[in-house]
This record gives sequence, structure tokens and C-alpha cells, in this order.
Amino acid sequence: MLYYILRRVVTMIPTLLVISFLTFIIIELPAGDYISNQIAALKAAGESSSVAKLEFLRAEFALDRPFLERYLIWVGLWPGPHGFDGLLQGNWGWSFEYEKPVADVIGPTLPMTIILNMATILFVYVVSFPIGIYSATRQYSWGDYGFTFVGYIGLATPNFLLGLIMLYLANRWFGLSIGGLMDPEYIGRPMSVDKMLSILAHLIVPTIVIGTAGTAAMIRRLRANLLDELHRQYVTTARAKGMREARLLVKYPLRMALNPFIADIGNLIPSLVSGSVIVSVVLNLPTVGPVLLNALQSQDQFLAGFILLFVAILTLIGMLVSDLLLAVLDPRIRLGGRAAS
Amino acid sequence: MDVLTVDGLSVDFVTSEGRARAVDNVSFSVPENRTVALVGESGSGKTVISQAIMGLLPEKAEITGGRLLFNDMAGGTAVDIAALNRKGEEMRAIRGNRIAIIFQEPMTSLSPLHTIGDQIGEAAELHRGVNAAEARELTRDMLRLVRFPDPARALNSYPFELSGGLRQRAMIAMAMICHPALLIADEPTTALDVTIQAEILKLIKDVQSELSMSVLLITHDFGVVANMADEVVVIYHGRIMEKGAASALFANPQHAYLKALLNAVPRIGMEPGERLVPIRPIEPHAEGFLAGGRSNGVAKGAPLVRLEHVSKTFLTRKSGLFGGGAHELLALDDINLTVRRGECLGLVGESGSGKTTTAKAILRAIDIDGGTIHYDTGAGPMDVAGLSGPALLDYRKRVQLIFQDPFSSLNPRMTVNDILLEPLIIHEVGTPAERAERVRELMRLVGLDPRFLRRYPHSFSGGQRQRIGIARALALNPEFILCDEPTSALDVSVQAQILNLLKDLKSELGLTYLFVSHNLAVVDYIADRVAVMCRGRVVEIGETRSVVEEPLHPYTRALLRSVPEPDLDAPLDFAALDEQRASEPSLWPEPFRLTDGTAPVLVEMKPGHFVCAPGASATRPEPAREAIL
Repeated sequence: MLYYILRRVVTMIPTLLVISFLTFIIIELPAGDYISNQIAALKAAGESSSVAKLEFLRAEFALDRPFLERYLIWVGLWPGPHGFDGLLQGNWGWSFEYEKPVADVIGPTLPMTIILNMATILFVYVVSFPIGIYSATRQYSWGDYGFTFVGYIGLATPNFLLGLIMLYLANRWFGLSIGGLMDPEYIGRPMSVDKMLSILAHLIVPTIVIGTAGTAAMIRRLRANLLDELHRQYVTTARAKGMREARLLVKYPLRMALNPFIADIGNLIPSLVSGSVIVSVVLNLPTVGPVLLNALQSQDQFLAGFILLFVAILTLIGMLVSDLLLAVLDPRIRLGGRAAS
Repeated sequence: MDVLTVDGLSVDFVTSEGRARAVDNVSFSVPENRTVALVGESGSGKTVISQAIMGLLPEKAEITGGRLLFNDMAGGTAVDIAALNRKGEEMRAIRGNRIAIIFQEPMTSLSPLHTIGDQIGEAAELHRGVNAAEARELTRDMLRLVRFPDPARALNSYPFELSGGLRQRAMIAMAMICHPALLIADEPTTALDVTIQAEILKLIKDVQSELSMSVLLITHDFGVVANMADEVVVIYHGRIMEKGAASALFANPQHAYLKALLNAVPRIGMEPGERLVPIRPIEPHAEGFLAGGRSNGVAKGAPLVRLEHVSKTFLTRKSGLFGGGAHELLALDDINLTVRRGECLGLVGESGSGKTTTAKAILRAIDIDGGTIHYDTGAGPMDVAGLSGPALLDYRKRVQLIFQDPFSSLNPRMTVNDILLEPLIIHEVGTPAERAERVRELMRLVGLDPRFLRRYPHSFSGGQRQRIGIARALALNPEFILCDEPTSALDVSVQAQILNLLKDLKSELGLTYLFVSHNLAVVDYIADRVAVMCRGRVVEIGETRSVVEEPLHPYTRALLRSVPEPDLDAPLDFAALDEQRASEPSLWPEPFRLTDGTAPVLVEMKPGHFVCAPGASATRPEPAREAIL
């Protein structure tokens, strides 16, 4: 088991390298870079005095080097103007837009992003499981139709619209401040109980908004999976033993229906980050999403590159976790080699 | 004293199209410590009766009349199961405790995610009020009772690690753990090999006498009935046709349906030329392009297909997550076979013996690792492996396959017309008008109405679908047909119909068959010569009569011994089954013993009758191998 985990982690390294290379190609695809664009703009305006400073910056960040060299310097496998100083050495790069190191720009938003995503995943699972099981076991009942109807509405409503409506209602009824993940007075203040409560209160709306579509989709899938399993012979066998319906359902078909969901954890993470960008912009959430959007628009390449890479790492970890969980839960995967033919 | 009395039971299925009566006023009883066989074709309502007794009827089924009196010998008064709430407490207390069931398909009736011990012990925990540790203990005893090789280890193994026979044993252990008064066995051996079938039947008998319980055996196999049942109930379309003691029914069947069923069962040692009488016979009519079959320069009786030293190794990469590596499986080991033009060569063996692999190799559906397969189109033998382009296309026209499962081998989204037209389109045969005519001829040939052409496969019964499969195989007017267990998924009455159809087609169209089957009686009925395979080797080959009547190889003998015959005077010799399993080549007595690396040499023991006996070949100067080929 330990050996397996180790092997998986080691095989992640080349994957990460390939991903980082692809990421770098993508963020460098548009012509020019942030600084050369700035220089062009300054020259057009007739101001040449700052150009020298920008030229200095270009050399400072090795933007004048050839492509491959730039990539290797970014990763930290090639000596740049300051020696080996890249991602591997813990230097996440410089954000031109914010004129701060990337770490400082993203730093505050990362925990928020993770908190929000966790809350959303939890919301999706907690809501969709009971409803999915209910829908499957009482197929074609009024309840099933009702949830199906609500689910389709959830799938079809644009998230940001739902977000705006809910924010308005939350403000009217509960007096929550609009936007953000906490009341404005707490921004920049150290963590306290009040701040925590404020964050929790503000989490509700975004969680529901981001999670609705995922929940609706998850309900449909769980219902379909479970319906498949419910008619299997082994369920009849269990029933023939005289088991109670509820216990039987949880022990046999639900266990089988779980597999696709565990396998899905790896895919869920990036889609939650990238899928919630627009909602985050609309709701003014301090998450990575809007920062990424901004960075891509202004060609703030080190910032954008780091965020993309970060999401990729999250995906890889998610995949690893789901593979391990599958092995724990499904003996066919764990012991496949032992099977007698 | 009767454990179960079914009194005037009627079950309706309520669908949106109305009510359909599945079981109509059925009455019979199961006496204490006796076995009652419920015999009928699929769709006769026998499974619905078992579901009614178990309280497992589907939602849309409804008991409309009658009583199901269950009289538990362990004390208490008779209960009317029909009146109980199917999901209620009382029904649950009986189900799995006093009445237990084993199902047909041991592969799917156990949960793949839970250990055997967990699944078996669960019933004990539910009904006998024991804790987990005690349940484990009981389970181990039960597994020992059903003769698991290593009960303690089996507790922690998962169903997918066990063979079909062992899984069925686990199912029986699960049903037995609460010592039920009544066991319902719903086709318990239909999905198993004949040798394993015999073992399971013996096991059910042993357990029955040990725990003194009654058995309701549901089956369509008269061989099983003759060996197991004290009383027989014959059911047809939800109604009882005949019932009585097994001895009386076999000696003197009264009802026309029972007589017809008995006539449709192939028996080993039928008179040459004796025909099975199917309940619904069909007459093939060859006409048009099919009349006379394909002309081939190869004379009748001359070799058409010749396999020489064919071997095939499968590399299984089922290494689990943790370690394990590639695993080599020798599927075919030095196979020498000849199919003569105009004959039917039967290929017999247990599952995993390499029968289907051989058929696939001839079809060139898989590549072989060693040896050659030659096919004679009339212009001399040609190497099948070397065919390509137009030559391969021509070969595909000549050699066709009939599949085992008529349900999954027809595309449910294509009409019968599309299915039969497809080969003609692929091989660019004829104009559209000619093709349409051909398709209609094919339908008439297999006894189907050409008006059915626009229907989809789901509207046909199993036997009709298999006939569509045969028609598809015949569409290109082939000369050689590989039949891969074409009747093993069908009822006996339908099986007789299909076998007769294949026989008639062979003589009318001058076809050559390679007939793969695990049913020796079927092969005995249809094949001219038979080859017995075990573990990827041909162990015996010869004229069918000679092999069946005087089997020389221990494996063939064991195989023949385990075939249950529909005859009360020829019961299975259960005692002989206790001997060492005969499918282990290294345990065969000399001169038949095969160890790894020994070449399976065929020795001609009698004229035209070869046996794999590497030990004997050493003493003889030169095995007359050429004669086989």
C-alpha cells in the first residue's frame, strides 16, 4: 500500500512537469508580454522616461530571454538574473499588475477559495445524496417528479442571476452586506470569533449559488446509478435473506452506486475553481477565480501561470485521493490480481 | 405432513396495457423432507411462483387469489404467506430464515463488494440473534458443510475470487445457515458446467438429508429432475399440466405437453437417425440463391479446415494495485484438429477449456501464437493467418459464426431487415432488389414470416432470435459455420427446434459445422465426430458413437458420468464424484498424465479414435498422427 502511494506520487512529477510546460505555452501564446505592452503604450504616449525602468524590469524578470530559457527560469531549473530562483525554490513569481509578489497577491485568497470549495462540495454531497436516494427508491412518485423539476430549474438558471437574487433577498431579510465573504469592517483584521461568524454567514449564499447546478447534476446521476443497481440480482439475494429495506439499501446498492462519485472527486476540484469565476466576480468574492480572470486579461503571466498550475496540482491530488479511496472501498480494484481464474 | 401447500394460487401482472395472468389457479404441495420439481419452459410462471412464496414478487405483480400455506415443522401454526404484507415484519422473519432461496446466476447474485463471510453471516445475525463473532463461527461451519476447500480463508474472500461452482456453494451456505424448513432452488445449476452441476446437485441432496428440509426445485432440465425429484409438477403458461410422483410421470406421462417435453430432450445414446420432436417444429425451405449451397471443389469427407500445432497464450494483466505482474495463461496447447467437409465436428469441454478460443482462432477473430490453420477453398489449402485484402473478405464469406447468446448478439437498434441486410451490404452482394429477395428467403429458410422483417429483436422470443442469428450467418451462403453453444441459453423445447433446424440446414445446404458445446447429449445428437478439450488441449477425438460409448480418456469418462440423464433408471453416480476432480491433467493416471511442458500427443487407440496419451506414445514407434490430419 505504502509502495503504491509512493509510486503514484513519483509518477506525478513528470505529469506536473508536462502540465507546467503546457501552462507556460498557453500563457505565452498572446504576442508580447505585460512589460512590452506597457512600453508600447508609453512610447505611443510620448513618454520615454519610464521606458528605461521598464527595460530594466524586462531584464530583471528574464523576459528578454528565449522561450525555453524563460520557462526553465520560471520553474527554477535554469539560472536567471538572480541565480536559481523559480517555483522549485519557492519563488512564485512577480505580479506586474499588482506590483507585488504572486504569493502576496494570492496568499489571502487561497484559504478563502479552499474554504468556499470545501463548503460547496459538502453542500453538493449532503443535499444530493438523500434526494438522489429518495428519487431512486420512489421512482415516478410525486416527490421524484418534484425534485426532478426543481433540479432542472437549478441546472437551467444562470448562476450569477441566482446569486444576485439571493444576495438581494439575504440583504433585505437578514441584513447581510452585499458581496464579499465577510462584512467590510473585518477585511484586513486578524481572525476572531466575530470574523468567523461573519464569514460563515456570508458563505451561505455563494455556496448555494455555486453548488446548485452541481447538486442537480449529482442527483440525476445518483438516481440513474442507483436505479441500475436496485434491479441487480444481489439486491434480491439480500432481500431474500430477510433484511430490512433501509439497511439493505445502504449496505448493497448504495455502496455500488458510490464508485462513480469517488472517481469524480478529481474532476470536481478544477471545475469548482474555474466554474465559479463568473459568480465570484458578480458576488465580489475574494477567491482565486477573479484574480485569474484579471491576470489572463492583462497578461500578468506569472500570476496566471501560477494559478493554472495550482489548479492542476489540486486536480492531481484529487485524482490520487479518489484512486486511493476507490481501492479502499472496492475490493475488485484492490485485489484484482488475486482473483482465481 | 406438507411443509408448503399452494392452494389455488393466481398471480396477475398489472401493467399500463392491462392485467396479465402469470399464474392461474395453481395448487400443489411440498411434503416434509422431500424434493418437488417445478418444471416448465421460460415464461411458464415457475419463477413467479417462487417469488410469491418468498414474498419477493415485483411491485406490479399482485396475488389475486389462493393461499400459500407454510407449515413450519419447527413448531407454530400454518401461516398464509399470500396474506402477509410482503415488506412486513412477519414476512421478513420467514424469508431467509424458514424459507430460503438459491438463484440461477451465481455470478451476479452475490455482492462483489462484500466478503463471502459477511454476506453469509448476515442471515444468521438477522434471524438467529447471534453477534458478529458467533455468526462468523456459524458461517465457517456452513462453509465446511458445503465443502469449501478452505472455509477459514473463504470467509475473507470476495465473490470475484471464486469460481462459479464455489460461488454457488456460497449461495447454498447462505441459504442454509438458518436451517430453513424449505429451500427453493431456482435453476441452481443451469449456469454451471456439467461436472460442477453434478457436484452441486449432490451437495443439495447431502445438505437436504443432513438438515432434513424440503426442496422446491425449479428447472427445465429433465436430467436434473430425474436425479433429484420425488415429485414433479409440470407447468405451462401459468397452469399445471400434470403432477405426481417422479416415477409415475417418467414411466407413464399422461399429458400431451409433458410427453412433448420429454421427446424434445436429447439423450446420450439415441438411435442413429432418431429425431428429436420439438413442440413447435419448423421446416426449412431452401430456395433461390441458397438452394444447393455453395459449390466447393473440396469433396465431401476431405479435410476442409486443418489445425496443426496451434497454440495461443493469453497474457492476463489483472495485477491488482499492489504488486502482481503479467500472468500467462495457456489457452491452446498444440491443437491438432481436422474438420472434414460436410461433417459436424463437436467440440466439448468445460468452461475455460479453450473451445471458444479454438473457434475464434479459425474465424481469425484472434491471432494464434504458433502453428498453422489451413482452409481449403477448393484451390488447395491456404494459410488463414496469411490472408489479407480480397482473399480475407472471401474467407469471411465462407466462414460464419452463430453466437451463444441470442439476446446480446443482435443489435437492439436495428430491425431484422437491417440485421440480415448488413452482411450483404458489406460484401456488396447483388442489387438492392436482389438483396431484399435474399433477406425474405432467409426468413423463410429459418421458419420465420418475412412480414416480421420490420420488427426489432426485442419483439422476438429467445428461439426466434437464435433463428435470426442463424439466418444472418447464412446470409452470405457460407460453407463452414462455427456454432458457439447455440442452444445453451434456450429452453429444451426450443433447443430441439434449433438443433433440428441446424441438422436440416446442414443436409440441405451442404454445410460443415464446428459445434462448440458443453452439453454432451446435444453434441451426441448433432455431431458426426467429437473432440473433447480440457485445459487448452484436445484429449480425445473420434466418431461420436465410439467416444460416447467407449470413452477412453479419464476426463471424457468423468464428463460423461456427470451428465444427468432424463431417465430414472440411470441416476448419476454421486459416489464417483467424490473422487479427485478429473479436470487436472497432472492427476490423470498413466499413460494419460500431462505435466507442464509435456506435448499432448494424440495416439490412435482404435481406428479413427485418438486419445491424448503421452505416456503411451513413448512405447509405440510412431504415433499415427498423419491419420488424424
